[in-house]
Amino acid sequence: MGELKFVIKKSPRIDRLIEHLFAKMPEIEADRAELVTESYKQTESLPIIKRRSAAFRHILENIPIVIRPDELIVGSNSIAPRGCQTFPEYSFEWLEPEFGTLATREADPFYISNETVERLKKVHPYWKGKTVCDLAASGMDPDVLDVFLNHGVFTVGNYFYNGVGHINVNYAKVINEGLEAIIAEAKAAMAKLHIGNGDYQRRKQFQEAVIESCEAVIAYAARYADLARREASYCADPARRAELLTIAENCTRVPAKPARNFYEACQAFWFIQQLLQCESSGHSISPGRFDQYMYPLFKKDIDEGKLTHEQAQEYLDCIWVKLNDLNKVRDAASAEGFAGYGLFQNLIVGGQNEQGVDVTNDLSYMCMEATMHVRLPQPSLSIRVWNCSPHDLLIKAASVTREGLGVPAFYNDEVIIPSIMARGLTLEDARDYCIIGCVEPQKGAKTDGWHDAAFFNMCRPLELVFSNGMDKGKQIGLRTGEVEQMSSFEEFFDAYKKQQTHMIEMMVHADNAVDYAHSVRCPLPFESCLCDDCIERGMSIQEGGAHYNFTGPQGFGIANMTDALLAVKTLVFDEKKVTMAELKQALADNFGKGILPKKALELTTQITQELMLGGANVSDDVIRAVYRNLTNAETVDEKKKARYAEILKMIEALPKYGNDIPEVDAFAREVGNTYTKVLEKYTNPRGGSFQAGLYPVSANVPLGYQTGATPDGRLAFTPIADGVGPASGRDTKGPTATANSVARLDHGIASNGTLFNQKFHPSALSSMASLEKFVAYLRGYFDQKGMHVQYNVVSRETLIDAQKNPEKYKNLVVRVAGYSALFTTLLRSLQDDIIARTEQGWQ
Amino acid sequence: MNIYEQTGRIFDIQRYSIHDGPGIRTIVFLKGCYLRCRWCCNPESQEYKQQELTQGGKTRIVGKDVTVAEVMDEIIKDAVYYQRSGGGVTLSGGECMAQPEFSEALLRAVHEYGYDTAIETTAFASREVVDRLLPHVDHFLMDIKHVDSEKHRAFCGKPNDAILENARYIAENAKELIIRVPVVPTFNATSEEIAAIAAFASSLPRVNELHLLPYHRLGQDKYAGLGREYSLLHITPPTNEDMERLAAAARLAAPRLHVQIGG
Repeated sequence: MGELKFVIKKSPRIDRLIEHLFAKMPEIEADRAELVTESYKQTESLPIIKRRSAAFRHILENIPIVIRPDELIVGSNSIAPRGCQTFPEYSFEWLEPEFGTLATREADPFYISNETVERLKKVHPYWKGKTVCDLAASGMDPDVLDVFLNHGVFTVGNYFYNGVGHINVNYAKVINEGLEAIIAEAKAAMAKLHIGNGDYQRRKQFQEAVIESCEAVIAYAARYADLARREASYCADPARRAELLTIAENCTRVPAKPARNFYEACQAFWFIQQLLQCESSGHSISPGRFDQYMYPLFKKDIDEGKLTHEQAQEYLDCIWVKLNDLNKVRDAASAEGFAGYGLFQNLIVGGQNEQGVDVTNDLSYMCMEATMHVRLPQPSLSIRVWNCSPHDLLIKAASVTREGLGVPAFYNDEVIIPSIMARGLTLEDARDYCIIGCVEPQKGAKTDGWHDAAFFNMCRPLELVFSNGMDKGKQIGLRTGEVEQMSSFEEFFDAYKKQQTHMIEMMVHADNAVDYAHSVRCPLPFESCLCDDCIERGMSIQEGGAHYNFTGPQGFGIANMTDALLAVKTLVFDEKKVTMAELKQALADNFGKGILPKKALELTTQITQELMLGGANVSDDVIRAVYRNLTNAETVDEKKKARYAEILKMIEALPKYGNDIPEVDAFAREVGNTYTKVLEKYTNPRGGSFQAGLYPVSANVPLGYQTGATPDGRLAFTPIADGVGPASGRDTKGPTATANSVARLDHGIASNGTLFNQKFHPSALSSMASLEKFVAYLRGYFDQKGMHVQYNVVSRETLIDAQKNPEKYKNLVVRVAGYSALFTTLLRSLQDDIIARTEQGWQ
Repeated sequence: MNIYEQTGRIFDIQRYSIHDGPGIRTIVFLKGCYLRCRWCCNPESQEYKQQELTQGGKTRIVGKDVTVAEVMDEIIKDAVYYQRSGGGVTLSGGECMAQPEFSEALLRAVHEYGYDTAIETTAFASREVVDRLLPHVDHFLMDIKHVDSEKHRAFCGKPNDAILENARYIAENAKELIIRVPVVPTFNATSEEIAAIAAFASSLPRVNELHLLPYHRLGQDKYAGLGREYSLLHITPPTNEDMERLAAAARLAAPRLHVQIGG
């Protein structure tokens, strides 16, 4: 039996910090936008890398700074708690029309004052035609740009509009050697340059930009030291005064020089983490193996009696809170895809070192404890699992899982290490991997992974098979032939593969156009100097300076496509119960069902506008009729509706992915490969290759919203299955069956990560004995070469939602006091009993 | 006959069970039971014959004849989880002692594969049947519902004399016996009645654990689905406080035992 280790009391300071942070709606500020514009206007004669470092320096010298009440670790990109700056050098045009709706939108609202609006409106005109987005758009084939923007097959929107981020940097070097050492390194590299070499200029400019950026960060820390001293001078509380003076001392020392103790290391870490997110708007700046690079000074302080575990825990908790102070405003559509103000700062504990030895330590446990103390979305906490992981580490992780925060995510070393070695990493580097963003593995501090490069909707190519490549009146796909004429499933599946490959190629081109635009318009000298081999190569990350370079776009919809293709195979070709023409019409008619009211409203508006443009006089009655027809499918006659109901019933009765049926799961593997295998042959402008992921973040909802009905019985515009898990409600054999199915996919080939979410009722984790069983369950999934899994422990709210929307929760098993049942099959009163019993204490 | 060819009648196989024996388990529910406990949460398990059950507007046939080999095909799917958790297979019901040939064959097969075995039983059976299963069961999870035979008969349809005798015999001869008590208001949910059961359990040699399982209504809708009436509509499940109070009474009466609420 395991033991629950490192249960440490939470300092009362932490709740005060959190309360302050969440008192108000996050706010947008204009300072950075103004400063970057001012600087750019003055540096038009300089090369871009120098313009970037000059702008970074100008921002850090002038941006307002703040120490929040009770803080021990300082440094904020905005004055308002959880506020954010904007980055007009990437894109700004989407922001202007959204000024009015930012505060009221459903996903990730932000307050913006009239004054800020005015200030932003003043600087925006300068950027017209000068942004990364503009260059990416002009470099993209017009047909590809149209498919990306208007057809919902794939989106490269994230890096089209924003910085790339998605990186882990050399925090250890800053902590142990200080930025002054990096400056010295850049100077030494410069000293070795020969004026006669062709790359002299490029290298020299890069090193100068590195030096300017590091000096800017050191000066920024000095501003914080001054501020802390000033605040100390008029602080009435002697305890707080002492804290402020220590903060001043810390900021004088780090990140310029090596940290001398754990507290300084925490502050040094934080400045890097924060300022990477000031240099660029890229998210998923991931702390990575925090428990490893923070450990030496922690151990030294503990051994010398200068630090207690309780004090160290308080510093960790403070960092955890700070990670939630950073924020980013996205356009309304992207905000839906990344809902929850997510910055995806992934921090991973446990696992093996470069020599293959397990290096779990006290901090590995204390990081999990920090997540339990803070109970906030950041950091995205992850844990590396392999055969030699200590059992107690997993027990601790299971105890975090049962808090219902959706973390930690579990990663399987035994799959990931060979997977990334197959992409060219050395054994040592592969063993030292960390996770970026959602689920993407990389060797930290020497990789530009361009993870999260695009979302690819695997359902849309199937629609193109049915339409012979037409979408919204335009030939966007290949002409694979009239679907009614296809005489075998092989021919049909082959058409799907062809449409998919064609779309993948378009996506690759779109990604590469965006990639190139970043290298030209927004190279990042500060981020680059913290990543091998940029200084040595005299080249920014964006130009290909990193040791390893990848592009990782992720596909999703594998479950829907498996079920859909099998439905076509079985019903149309094998059993001939449905003709292809009938199926095609059923999909077009959404199986005789009305569509979602929100979508119906949008389509009504669109149709009305088209009619009016065509010169028609559209009366209110016509508009109402269009809307009614869309929501009730009135034009589909009753006879057809009855037949569609039969077809849906036949589809429902077919075996589905997620139920531990080897033949179905083997086919799912083949379907996955239609994306993952095809992608790996493409290359990017940084000299690296493409590698696939299989996960959607939350894009399965917005991109599902642009996808018609599919032959698996999924209705038009409804969500697509998330990650590599089965489509919602279709796995009915319990969690082991689902896990067995998912493990049968080829995870290793999806080296940009796979994502498997499972839901559990809290009683599955209620006692020590059940934590043991939970860990055994996880181990069993990983024994079968699953790559990643995370668990949502269902809350009371989920159960209430399940009462309202039983179709979404057909597989929700509840286990209370030794008995189990499918929740949605229970009588209302019994469901109420169970809801009342949910979320009682863990004792 | 080869044990794998032995047939029996089951009505469900449930994977990932974590409350019915050690580790992660697969439960095989056998059809047919000698008792008619009024609170039974699986009323479709009681008759041996196949039945129609209507739930949520859908009617299905309950009860299926299967071979041991067919059941093993399902069981081995979770082998990796048994190995990781020390789990295995639990026969439940219904009453596995009502199908002794099938139960014995299935338990032997599970042991041949190296997995742990458990049965949930009323032990309302002849000594011969008990003897037949004994060598193949790693954990007996046995109900003692009441020590008063008359009250037992009133709520379960049969007296308890054979059950209490078998309990002692199993305690003396089994690898492990855990006593479980469904705590049902109006039947046995008083401190006195629970204390009497605890005292009896404590008198059994080598029994160390007593599990009090609070009555719940999870099976209630199935009675209507079988065209039967649910006779306990008037009772409500015991509260947490009730259960704590009864557990305390059990601990007082049987200080030697580990008493827990839930399985």
